[in-house]
Amino acid sequence: MSSSKISLRGVTKAFDTKKVLQGIDFDVAPGESLVVIGGSGSGKSVLLKCILGLMAPDSGSIRVDGEETVDFNDHGRARVMRKFGMLFQGGALFDSLRVWENVAFGPIQSDGMKPDQAREVAIAKLGAVGLGPEIGELFPSELSGGMQKRVALARAIAREPEIIFFDEPTTGLDPIMADVINDLIVKCVSDLGATAISITHDMASARKIGHRIGMLYEGKLIWQGPVAEIDRSGNAHVEQFIHGRAEGPIQMQVRRL
Amino acid sequence: MNIPLLTVLGRMTLAFFEATGAVTAFAFQALRLSVQPPYYRQQMVRQILEIGYYSLPVVGLTAIFTGMVLALQSYTGFARFSAESAIPNVVVVSLTRELGPVLAALMVAGRVGAAMAAEIGTMRVTEQIDALTTLSTNPFKYLVVPRLIAGVVTLPILVLVADIIGVLGGFLVGVYKLDFNDTAYLRNTIDFLQFQDVFSGLVKAAVFGFLITLMGCYHGYTSKGGAQGVGMATTNAVVSASMLILTFNYFLTEAFFAR
Repeated sequence: MSSSKISLRGVTKAFDTKKVLQGIDFDVAPGESLVVIGGSGSGKSVLLKCILGLMAPDSGSIRVDGEETVDFNDHGRARVMRKFGMLFQGGALFDSLRVWENVAFGPIQSDGMKPDQAREVAIAKLGAVGLGPEIGELFPSELSGGMQKRVALARAIAREPEIIFFDEPTTGLDPIMADVINDLIVKCVSDLGATAISITHDMASARKIGHRIGMLYEGKLIWQGPVAEIDRSGNAHVEQFIHGRAEGPIQMQVRRL
Repeated sequence: MNIPLLTVLGRMTLAFFEATGAVTAFAFQALRLSVQPPYYRQQMVRQILEIGYYSLPVVGLTAIFTGMVLALQSYTGFARFSAESAIPNVVVVSLTRELGPVLAALMVAGRVGAAMAAEIGTMRVTEQIDALTTLSTNPFKYLVVPRLIAGVVTLPILVLVADIIGVLGGFLVGVYKLDFNDTAYLRNTIDFLQFQDVFSGLVKAAVFGFLITLMGCYHGYTSKGGAQGVGMATTNAVVSASMLILTFNYFLTEAFFAR
């Protein structure tokens, strides 16, 4: 247990009467890539935000490298955040900064790197995600969705984090660009030797970037196992989800006319 | 019938105190963080330019026309009592004590407060603020503190410039329309002006600068939802800053000049 990079025990979170997370337990080993799948509103994003400290869980334990992070103060949080990189669903690039400044933001603001040196790091990271140095001079609004995702990935890996989170990395992209992003994620995680947690409902992406898959349903992790075993999970909810069937135990709340 | 009315009244009262408490806590957090490193100087310079330099045209225009109107209106009133010589004094005192700081602050609240709420609100709903946290940067310190400091530092300078432009407006009307002697007008302006007139206006400006940026940052930082949430944050920032400017103006005037 102590060898886990990330360890969650009994994590709960509710908004008013809506219980979003109902006792989540899992461990992620160093270098492992866990993909959490689940429908919209199943609590995937809340789970990531709780681990990152962007949201406080109501109860439970979240350990990073064996260190309890739930009750961290600002200083402790900033220290542990040094281990993390995060690719947000919409990119979350800073509109007012050029692309290279976005990528170099962490090294400059948090690590105190000189701008000239950070610019070189940024250009190298942009190269790692297949973007030329000329892209660095543009603003995020001048980029396509796929390029924004790549820049966000470059920013996530700029500080060479030990842990990387991917929030719906392929949402809104065409299948070819989605596969390009998946390949880049696999390559970047592998090159860094990082531990990764991704949340997605894109099964092609989940199969490609994950070592292990867990399924979140109504705030509970109802199944987890190696990627190769997901097709014989024996769980009706998982079966329905991975095959995208409307009929099954998961009932979408759709009002019939 | 009475119970629902009381319920509504109670809820409104609770909401008011809740909002007041939240804004106060927000302000104290900003003050606490403003004395702790790191200091984002580049952000501060950018905000000083945004609040000061880019607000100069609108504040300058407001000031010059206010000074001109003040001279004209004073003339129509004072001419009835043959007290035209008091016009330079009325113009300069009104501008430095009240109209300079209040009108400049209201203009800046409309221009800068709204922009701040919109920018920070958009950053909130597009997860850019969360991204700052994941990059080990305290978003409160990076976004809020430089804006508050820039507001407190810049608005007094802006008001000083507005005072000078406003007095110039009064001078132009006085000399070229009302046929005042230019030397006499300037002498009347300077002789009657006291240090406290200017100083009180600058202190007001610093307080108003704090209130404008506080409201812009608070409503942006706490905005929820999408475009509608950002729109609401922008409106609330301008309305609440304007109300606070007028309210604090009374209490500051009372503190400086009440006998």
